[in-house]
Amino acid sequence: MLCENCGQHEATIHEVLIKGGTKMEKHLCEVCAQVAASEPSSNLPINELISKYMVSPGVHAGEASEAREAPAPTVCPSCAMTVREFRQSGLLGCPVCYSVFEDQLGPLIERAHEGGACHVGKTPRRALDSGRERGDVERLLGDTRERAERLGALRKQLTDAVEREQYERAAQLRDEMRRVASVLGGDVGGNAGDGEQA
Amino acid sequence: MSRPSTGWSGGAEWLRGEGEASDVVMSSRARIARNLAGYPFMTKATSEDRVQVLDLCRRRILSDEFKRASGAESVMWVDLHDVDKLERQVLVERHLISRQHARGKLTTGKGGADQPRGVAIGLPSERVAVMVNEEDQLRIQVIRSGLALSQLLEQIDRIDDALEQGLDYAFHPRFGYLTACPTNIGTGIRFSVMLHLPALKLTGEIERVKRAAEDMSLAVRGFYGEGSDAVGDLYQVSNQTTLGKSEHVLVHELEREIVPRIIDYERHARRTLLEKRRAATDDRTNRALGVLRTARLLGVEESMQLLSHVRLGVLLGLLEGVEQQRVNHLMLLVQQAHLQCSATRELSQQERRIERAKLVRKSLGGT
Repeated sequence: MLCENCGQHEATIHEVLIKGGTKMEKHLCEVCAQVAASEPSSNLPINELISKYMVSPGVHAGEASEAREAPAPTVCPSCAMTVREFRQSGLLGCPVCYSVFEDQLGPLIERAHEGGACHVGKTPRRALDSGRERGDVERLLGDTRERAERLGALRKQLTDAVEREQYERAAQLRDEMRRVASVLGGDVGGNAGDGEQA
Repeated sequence: MSRPSTGWSGGAEWLRGEGEASDVVMSSRARIARNLAGYPFMTKATSEDRVQVLDLCRRRILSDEFKRASGAESVMWVDLHDVDKLERQVLVERHLISRQHARGKLTTGKGGADQPRGVAIGLPSERVAVMVNEEDQLRIQVIRSGLALSQLLEQIDRIDDALEQGLDYAFHPRFGYLTACPTNIGTGIRFSVMLHLPALKLTGEIERVKRAAEDMSLAVRGFYGEGSDAVGDLYQVSNQTTLGKSEHVLVHELEREIVPRIIDYERHARRTLLEKRRAATDDRTNRALGVLRTARLLGVEESMQLLSHVRLGVLLGLLEGVEQQRVNHLMLLVQQAHLQCSATRELSQQERRIERAKLVRKSLGGT
C-alpha cells in the first residue's frame, strides 16, 4: 500500500483514530508520519485560544457595524477585571465576569470545550432543593429557552450514541435528559439531582 | 498543627497496586473545582477575601458531614502559609497538593508562599484532599489505586454535596460551575488515570498512543501533572473539556472506551516483548534490579527509570522475590523531599544521591 499523503513511498505507519466517535484510518510512509507528528495537536493552551478565538471589539468589523449601538463591555463592574488583563492571564476576576463578558467569551469557551456551549450535568443540590420558587430555579438553571437548548443538545448526543450502537452511553444520556426534563416540565420540587444520589 | 512529614505510617493508598487493571493503571483521580458566590476569584481577591474564604471553607471541611462523606477516620488541616518549603514539597510528592499550591502563586505570578491557603487531608488513607485558595477557592480531589473512576465519581459527588450544605457555590445557567479559568467551567470535573507504560515506551509506540489520545481531546501529562516529564514511564491521561458533557458521560468515555484501549495496547506490547524480545527484556529488567541493588549513587530520574523496568520485570514474571507494591512505594520514597525528610539534617545533592542509593539497596535486598 502506498502512503496516502505523498503517494510515492510504501505506507509503513498504520493508525486508527477515533475522533468524535468516527473511526478514521491513516496509512502513511515514515517521512509523512514524522511531519504529521510534529504538527501541533488540537489541544491549544488557554493563551493561544484567547488570541485566536476571543471576540474583541473592532476585530470583526462587519459584525460590529450591526451591533455598534451596544459596544462590548471592557471592564467588569464587580471586580474591575478588564478584557486586556484577561487576555494576558487567561484567568477571570469573579463570577460576574462570565455574565459581563458572556458574548466575548462564547466562541473561546466553545473552542476550548470542543463545541460544548452549555452546561450539562450536576447542579448545586442544596441550592436547588431549597429554592422552590420558579425564579430561584431559573436563576440556577436558566430560563425555559436555555433549558430547552440543553435538552436539544442532549437529544442530539443520544441519537449519535444510538447510531453508533453505544447503548450504555445512550442509557446514561437518557437518564441525564430525564433529570433536565423533570425541571423543565415545571416539576421544580428538587428533582434535578435525583437518580444517582446515595 | 501536625507535621505532614512525620507520623504518617500508612498513607498514599493509591500506590498500593490494587484494583482493576493495576498491572497498567497505577491510580485514578477525580478533581472538582468550585468557587463561592459573592467572592472574587483568586486573581482579584484581597488578603481579607482570602482569609474569609479560607475560614468559611475550613469550617465546612472540618464538619462531621464532610468527614462522613469523605470516609476518612480523621481529617488533618494544614495551613500552608505556616509550614516550610520541605513539608509543602512532601505534600506535592504525595499528590496531595499541586506545585502551584505549594508556591502559593497564580500562573500570573501573583501571590507568594505567605498567601493564606490550606489543604485538608483525609487520614489515614490520603484518598481525599481539598485545597483551599488555589487557582480556584476549592479544589476537591479523590484518588485510588487501579482503574476506579465510577467509584471516585460517587465519592466526590457526596463530598461536594456535604460541602455545599454550608457554602453557596458560584453557578451560571449556561456555563455551570464557575472557575477562574474558562477551561474548567461546566462540571468543573477532571478525571485522570495514571498509567505505567514501559512496554509501549520500549517498543517505540508511545508517541502514537499519545497522539491518538490527544486526538480524542485528552491531555497526556507526566507523573506530576501539567508541564512535568513522564519519569518512570508514568503518564497521566485526563479529560480536557468540562463543558457540555455530564460527569457520567465523561466517566463512561474514559473508563469504558478510551483507557481500556490503552491498557490493551500496553498489555499487547508486553506480550510482544516476552515473545519476540525475551532475552533482551530479561536482560534489561535484571540489569535494572542489579543496578538498584548495588549502586552507591542514585539520582531521582535514574531511580525512577530503573524502578519502572523492575516493575515491568516483576509483572512479566522475569524477576522473583520483589513485590510490586514495594516498587510502587519506592517510586515515592526516592523523591527529593521524602528523602530529605528521612534524614535528620539538610543534605547536599551528593549526600542525597548516596542516601537514595542506600535506601533502595536496603529495600530491594541489595549489598
